[in-house]
Amino acid sequence: MDIGTLQAYAYFFFVAFLVVVLYSYIYHLYSSQWKGKRDYEKYGNIALHDEITDQPIETISKNDDKKVGGINE
Amino acid sequence: MENRPLEYDYTVAKWFMLTTVVLGIVGMLVGVILAWQMAFPAVNLMAGEGLAEYTNFSRLRPLHTDSVIFGFTLSGIWATWYYVGQRVLKVSMAESKFLMVLAKLHFFIYLLVVVAVVGSLLLGISTGKEYADFEWPIDIAVVVVWVIWGMSIFGLIGIRREKSLYISIWYYIATFLGIAMLYLFNNMEIPTYFASGGIGAWYHSVSMYSGTNDALVQWWYGHNAVAFGFTVPIVAMIYYFLPKESGQAVYSYKLSLLAFWGLMFVYLWAGGHHLIYSTVPDWMQTMGSVFSVVLILPSWGSAINMLLTMKGEWQQVASSPLIKFMILASTFYMFSTLEGPIQAIKSVNALAHFTDWIVGHVHDGVLGWVAFMIMAALFHMAPRVYKREIYSKSLMNTQFWIQTLGVVLYFTSMWIAGITQGMMWRAHDEFGNLAYSFIDTVTVLHPYYTIRAVGGTLYLVGMFLFAYNMYKTMTSSRRVEESELQNASPMGA
Repeated sequence: MDIGTLQAYAYFFFVAFLVVVLYSYIYHLYSSQWKGKRDYEKYGNIALHDEITDQPIETISKNDDKKVGGINE
Repeated sequence: MENRPLEYDYTVAKWFMLTTVVLGIVGMLVGVILAWQMAFPAVNLMAGEGLAEYTNFSRLRPLHTDSVIFGFTLSGIWATWYYVGQRVLKVSMAESKFLMVLAKLHFFIYLLVVVAVVGSLLLGISTGKEYADFEWPIDIAVVVVWVIWGMSIFGLIGIRREKSLYISIWYYIATFLGIAMLYLFNNMEIPTYFASGGIGAWYHSVSMYSGTNDALVQWWYGHNAVAFGFTVPIVAMIYYFLPKESGQAVYSYKLSLLAFWGLMFVYLWAGGHHLIYSTVPDWMQTMGSVFSVVLILPSWGSAINMLLTMKGEWQQVASSPLIKFMILASTFYMFSTLEGPIQAIKSVNALAHFTDWIVGHVHDGVLGWVAFMIMAALFHMAPRVYKREIYSKSLMNTQFWIQTLGVVLYFTSMWIAGITQGMMWRAHDEFGNLAYSFIDTVTVLHPYYTIRAVGGTLYLVGMFLFAYNMYKTMTSSRRVEESELQNASPMGA
């Protein structure tokens, strides 16, 4: 098999692989939502509730909560 | 110990807002001068024969492109980053002295770079590479600015309260990483003075690449500068500002994620379309074409997501000039991301390449999408950072319609000019002799060049209205309470 043919096969399988990855990602996004693992749509609210005093949509750690609301000087 | 409420700190955002407006006017003013020079070459001598060296087309052209790309757009990206970044991560710059110092350094070194760029380009000091015109000392300063910005992004992310990174943050990170990679590789150059042991000017350099390789790297850079400078960060803006201003969450967050990865993967391979029918390998040209067409999907994914975000709230487009700006920006994004792939198809490219149609395409993208979105972002930010309502809604409406007319005149004239030009260049008689000489095309194109200059002038007039409105908002508009700043921006009559 010459290098050109190899390249062509490699190209085809690479594209096919990426298509599988893409569709798997779509499946992952939707199935996570159906199964109740993660509600991606709630992250849209990060932009809407973005005051510093707003409760984070997902808090990074419980210990951080007490810092919200004031700076000590 | 005094305990005062924590607030977002917009100091650096405000500074970058200022440079966005000033450099926007500079870039577009120079653009308008160039457009009039194209229509009436005597304008090259507008400051007399003595100063012709500084006012001719070739000296001013890089100043136009670079001040719009690296001045107006970058300032807009950074103004919005120092605003959006804090808000969606729910952390204030005031919480970290280190990040605040970095951000200020970011701004001031950037200002020095701007001065160096304007000075050197006016003096004719340039590497001669399109959109990568800066000589090596400036390139090094640009890298410093970029690294500082990166530290600022990841520093702010490091101290965030919101666990998930909002989609806009992904796009800002992609802008940072994308440009870092592109800028470094395309600007690999050898300072000739040092390499030759003292010959020539100390600031002069030559590219490490030559011939076809140089062309490939240059257009991999050039096209992706559009990707990571004019698309990715502007998408970051619209994903935040349209939902926030309209009070509607993004229509589909999942689609925004999918479009993000699609855009990231596809865009990087499309640059080869700048080199169709050149000496680069044929498969690269084909790949550039194919990926350009595929690029429609992720681009439209984001744009449609934005339009659907307005579902059930379309009355806001009629009532709010700010929403108008963003919806038109999104529409122009769809339009230019369809036009680009069409131009990248080999048979279309045979006609379109090197013609004014390409110039038209760039400008419907930059004037219609990039600049409209940046101005909308600044309008949204102004009441929140200055605690005053936007000075005049009617002025915004006037600006919107003047600039929209300007863009339409610009791209329609360039479509007609470009296609006419392409057709005339390839027209031949039965023996294969060319039917027209170059000057024949120049004569035919003159009216369209004039229309383009009028369109550009209208857009510039709109920029002045924008600057005036922002100035009045900053200084003398009615003060607003925090409660007025939830969603729709407060505007004076």
